[in-house]
Amino acid sequence: MSFKKIAGAIAVAGALVATGAVPGQAATLDDVKAAGTLKCGINTGLPGFAYTDDAGNWTGFDVAYCRALAAGVLGDANAISFVNLTGKTRFPALASGEIDVLSRNTTWTYSRDVDLGFTFIGVSYYDGQGFIGRTALGISSATELDGASVCIQTGTTTELNLADFFRVNGITYEPVPIETNAEARAAYEAERCDVYTTDASGLAATKTTFDDPSAHMVFPEIVSKEPLGPLVRQGDDQWADIARWTLNALITAEELGVTQANVAEMAAAAGDHPEINRMLGTEGSLGEMLGLDADWAARAIAAEGNYAEIFDRYIGPDSPLGLGRGLNALYTDGGILYSPPFR
Amino acid sequence: MSKYAFHRSRAEMLPERPAPLTSTGVIGWLRANLFSNWLSAVLTVASIAVLALVIPGLIEWAFIDATLTGELGKDCPSEGACWAWLDQRITQFFYGFYPPEAYWRVNICIALLVPALAYMLFDRLPYSRYGRWFSLAYPVIAAILLVGGLGLDVVRTDQFGGFMLNLIAGLVGIVLSLPIGIVLALGRRSRMPIVRMFSVGFIEFIRGVPLITLLFVAIILLPLFLPPQVTLDQLIRVMIIITVFASAYMAEVIRGGLQAIPQGQYEAGQAMGLGYWQSMRLIILPQALKISIPGIVNTFIGLFKDTTLVIIIGLFDILGQARLLQTNPDWLGKVDYETFLLAALFFFVICFGMSRYSLNLEKRLDTERR
Repeated sequence: MSFKKIAGAIAVAGALVATGAVPGQAATLDDVKAAGTLKCGINTGLPGFAYTDDAGNWTGFDVAYCRALAAGVLGDANAISFVNLTGKTRFPALASGEIDVLSRNTTWTYSRDVDLGFTFIGVSYYDGQGFIGRTALGISSATELDGASVCIQTGTTTELNLADFFRVNGITYEPVPIETNAEARAAYEAERCDVYTTDASGLAATKTTFDDPSAHMVFPEIVSKEPLGPLVRQGDDQWADIARWTLNALITAEELGVTQANVAEMAAAAGDHPEINRMLGTEGSLGEMLGLDADWAARAIAAEGNYAEIFDRYIGPDSPLGLGRGLNALYTDGGILYSPPFR
Repeated sequence: MSKYAFHRSRAEMLPERPAPLTSTGVIGWLRANLFSNWLSAVLTVASIAVLALVIPGLIEWAFIDATLTGELGKDCPSEGACWAWLDQRITQFFYGFYPPEAYWRVNICIALLVPALAYMLFDRLPYSRYGRWFSLAYPVIAAILLVGGLGLDVVRTDQFGGFMLNLIAGLVGIVLSLPIGIVLALGRRSRMPIVRMFSVGFIEFIRGVPLITLLFVAIILLPLFLPPQVTLDQLIRVMIIITVFASAYMAEVIRGGLQAIPQGQYEAGQAMGLGYWQSMRLIILPQALKISIPGIVNTFIGLFKDTTLVIIIGLFDILGQARLLQTNPDWLGKVDYETFLLAALFFFVICFGMSRYSLNLEKRLDTERR
C-alpha cells in the first residue's frame, strides 16, 4: 500500500470517527435538561465581559447572557458550569460538545458561520477596531499615522485588519508584536509604540487606566466591523432558536421597559401591552413553541435584567470601563440594536 | 644544664597573633570571593552598580510607596505598588475556586504533606518504619480529602486552582515521572528489540512535541474521538500529559547516568550471580541515580514551572489567578506587576527549596570524593 493510500485510509477513518462521535445532531435542550446545568463557554478573563468577583464567581457582560439562558431553560440562573476558553480552544470546545453555547466576545464572520459549522444567534455587542495614541503626537486621524510604531496583539483578526487599513491608505507602519492585552497596555505606556490598536471597547477601557487619560485620544477611525455575539453548534435549530430568542428577549425587554425589578409583577398577570404579554407568557403560547414553559423569558430577564441593565452594570458609562452605548443603543435611540418582534 | 639549652628557640609558645587583616574577616572574605583578580573586581563593581541602580527603586516601589489598604484599584495612587487586593484575593491565589468552607481540607493535605515528604526525603527520622507507609498512603488520603467522597462533599476538579493546583499537578508529575522515567531509560538500553523500540519511540515522540501541543491534543482532540458519554476529567488529562512529558525527559537524564557507569560494574553484577533486576536495583541504579541528581532536579523544576500552562485549557493556576485579577474592571491597569510578582515569589520559594535539597542530597550521597 502506498503512503498516499495509507494516509487516505487514516483520514477516512478519522473522519468517520469524528462525525460519529460529534454530538450536536441530538437535541441539546434535552441534554441540558438531563444534565441540570448549562455548559457555557466564556473567556479566560476580559475586563467587563468575563471576570471574577472577590468571591470567585464569574460575572460580566458575556456571563450575564449565560445566566439569562440558564434561567430560561433550567429555571436557575446559577445552574451553569463555566468552561473557560482561549481564542484557540473556543471553537473545538463548541464543536466537540464540551459546551452548549459559546458566549465569548466572538466576532461573527462568514467563515466561522459557514465553514466551521456554527450558528451565530445574534449580536450582543457591536464592536470595531480602533487606535489610541498620545495627543502629543499632534495628529487627529489614524490616516496620518505614516511610519508610526503600532502595538498589536499577535494572532488576532486585529493584526490582519491593521495590515489592511495601512495598505488601503498607502501608509507604512512598524508593528510591535505583543502577546496579551495587559502587556500591550504596559508597552504603550512605556512608549515602546506610538499607537496601540484593539477593539474600541478595549481601547476605552484601557484609556481609563492611564494616569492622565486626557493625554491620550482614541482616533475616530474604526477600521473593522466586529459584531460580537453568542453562537451554538449548527444542526440543532431548536437550541439555536432558544439561544437566539433569549438574546432577543433581553433586547425587547429594554425596548418595552421590562426590567429586573418589574418583570415578576408584569409576568404575574396579563397587562395591557400585547407584546409584553406574549413575551412573558401571560398570553399566547410562545414558550411552548420553543419547547419551554410559558415564563422562560420572564425568568431570563429576571436573571440579570434587560439588555440595558446588563450593559450598564458591567460595561456602561458608570462602570469602570465607561463605554457608551454607541451602536449598541436601541434602534429607537440611534443605535442598531433591533430585535424581531415576539409574535 | 637544661636539656634544651642548646636550642635557641623559646621555651614556651608565642602567643597567637591574629591572621593578617588582608586574609581574614570581612576584608579577607572580600579579597577571596569578590576581588580575587582584576576580572572579578570589575564584575563585582559592575554588579554593585547595577544593584544600586535597581534595588532602591524596587524597594521604594514595592514597599515604601506601596498602597496596602483599599477596596478598589482607584484607591491605589499610581506611584507605588498596589497591594490593596491581597486581603480579598490571596485565598483565590492559593485555593482557586475551591469552596471556602472546604479550605480546611486543603490545609490538612498540605500539613500532612510535610511528614509524607520528609519520610521519603530524609533518613534518620523517628518512627521512620511507619512513616514510610504513611508516605505511600498519602496520595490516597490527599485525593479523598481534595476531591471528596467518604462523607466529604465532592469538589469538582475545575474548582481547583491557584497555587494549590500548581502543587498538585507538579507533585503528581514529580512522583510519577521518576519511576516511569527509570523504566523508559532501562527500556531504551534493553536488548529486547520491542521494548527498546517502544521506549525509543515514546521518548522521541514526546520530546519532539511541545508540551502545549500535547495539552491541546488531550483537551481538544480527545473529546472529538471519544464517544460523548465517555468523559475523562480535565485535571486528570492534564496530570497524565505533564507526567508523560516529564517522564520522557527524565528517561534521558537517567540514561545519561546509566551510561556513566563503567562496564565493569555491570560485569561485576553478573560475576556475583545477580540477575538483571537485582544488579540494576543493587548496583547500577543507585550509582546512576546519584550521578543524575542535578539533571533529575532540573527536570523537576522545569516540570513544576510547566504546570502554569494549564491556563490554556481553562484552569486557573496561580498565574491564571494573577491574570484574572488584572482583567477585573475594578483593578484594571493597577495590578499588572504586583500579581505576577506574587506568583513569582511562590514559585521561587518552591523551586529554590528543591534546588537546595538536591545539593544537600548530593553531599549526603557523595561517597567517592569524601
